[in-house]
Amino acid sequence: MYGGGYIFDEPNGKQLREEQLHDDPEKLVAFEERIARGEKIEPGDWMPAEYRRQLIRLIEQHAHSEIIGALPEGTWITRAPGFKRKLALIAKVQDEIGHGQLLYNAAETLGKSREAMINDLLSGKSKYSNVFNYPAKTWADVTVIGFLIDAAAIVNQVANAKGSYGPYCRALERICYEESFHLKQGHDAFIELATGTPEQKAMLQDALNRWWQPIMHFFGPPDKTSQHSEKLMQWKVKMASNDEMRNQFLDSYVPKIWELGLTLPDPALRKNPDTGRWEYTDPDWNEFFRVINGGGPCNAERLQVRKWAEEEGRWVRKALMNPTERRSLPVA
Amino acid sequence: MSNDSLDPRVNRLKLGDANAVIKVEEGENWNVYEVFHQEKRGAHHEHVGCVHAPDPQLALVFAKEQFARRKKCVNLWVVRSADILAFDVEDEDMFANNLEKNYRDASGFKVMEKINKFKQSK
Repeated sequence: MYGGGYIFDEPNGKQLREEQLHDDPEKLVAFEERIARGEKIEPGDWMPAEYRRQLIRLIEQHAHSEIIGALPEGTWITRAPGFKRKLALIAKVQDEIGHGQLLYNAAETLGKSREAMINDLLSGKSKYSNVFNYPAKTWADVTVIGFLIDAAAIVNQVANAKGSYGPYCRALERICYEESFHLKQGHDAFIELATGTPEQKAMLQDALNRWWQPIMHFFGPPDKTSQHSEKLMQWKVKMASNDEMRNQFLDSYVPKIWELGLTLPDPALRKNPDTGRWEYTDPDWNEFFRVINGGGPCNAERLQVRKWAEEEGRWVRKALMNPTERRSLPVA
Repeated sequence: MSNDSLDPRVNRLKLGDANAVIKVEEGENWNVYEVFHQEKRGAHHEHVGCVHAPDPQLALVFAKEQFARRKKCVNLWVVRSADILAFDVEDEDMFANNLEKNYRDASGFKVMEKINKFKQSK
């Protein structure tokens, strides 16, 4: 879901050991047996080079998504309706930035520096979740993001938390715990608009109509077209297929939208009572690829804000450098 | 460049060229510190993750923001990750306990048997 093709493969000071560049077949067998037994892989453990590359890509892009995802919402802090909503939104945005830090740390354990990850984000080499390339035009957009985008992210993160890489799982456990508050406050704000004045209801319906396609895009291209990797499933890097997660999301959240008297802009959307699976009109996947490759309404703005933050924050980082090491006493 | 953003901050920022190349130098994000938190007085400090910081004092400040903003926490430790010494995971077998070690165990000493034997002998 955190799409995009770029995979880190440059040496950055921390060279991979020779045996990691050419997987030792015996070690590979032992590695796959460990994963099959449900064991976690830890940073110092032997792992196939491809496992490392794919994990860096996945975790790094997840981290970027948290940081970039805070931008459309951060915009609304000054305009949140009421004190409680403002407090909740500030807390949520702070959490998202914190999640980015946790995830960057998890990715760093695999050998790519944080600076290298940030540089790849700023140069456009590395991607982030496509939904954040759309604008949050009204307060109703913020409630749709807080409720449905966070719900979709939770479906994905709960699955990934059962993956095989220890540091990523531990980061996700903490993240899922905090995301449950995001989802709840989003749902609360969503219900308030849905059950409010006709103007509030119309504003929410409009936001829902605009966000439905990006939400359907969220889990990535359908299984029949995406390069589905058996290996990544076997290694527990990818825990469920895109369609599987999309179906799980629809199953949990479409009823919660419909029960409030709202509609979704897809006449074909329904749960097939025979198969138990959701049927829907395929969203426009050309649009998905157009946006992920830079053609979306907010791609440029998102990266510009990040570049601005790096540039304007540099003097602070530099000023704090050169720590004067003080002699420390034992802590206990 | 024209920026018709909806973000009031963005409109004030006078953002520069979208194609400008911004490069963060290696090391600009400082050091890594491991963080240990204590949930209540008397409990062990437990490892919870790490933060990037230029020195231990700021590492504590960042650790408080990152790991103590919700659940109960009464104290935090930070230590430079580079200062942690650990065994290589590949040497895990050195911890294998294949020797008879009940001389280290309370269950390895049968005092009651001896006492009963002594009492019966009287």
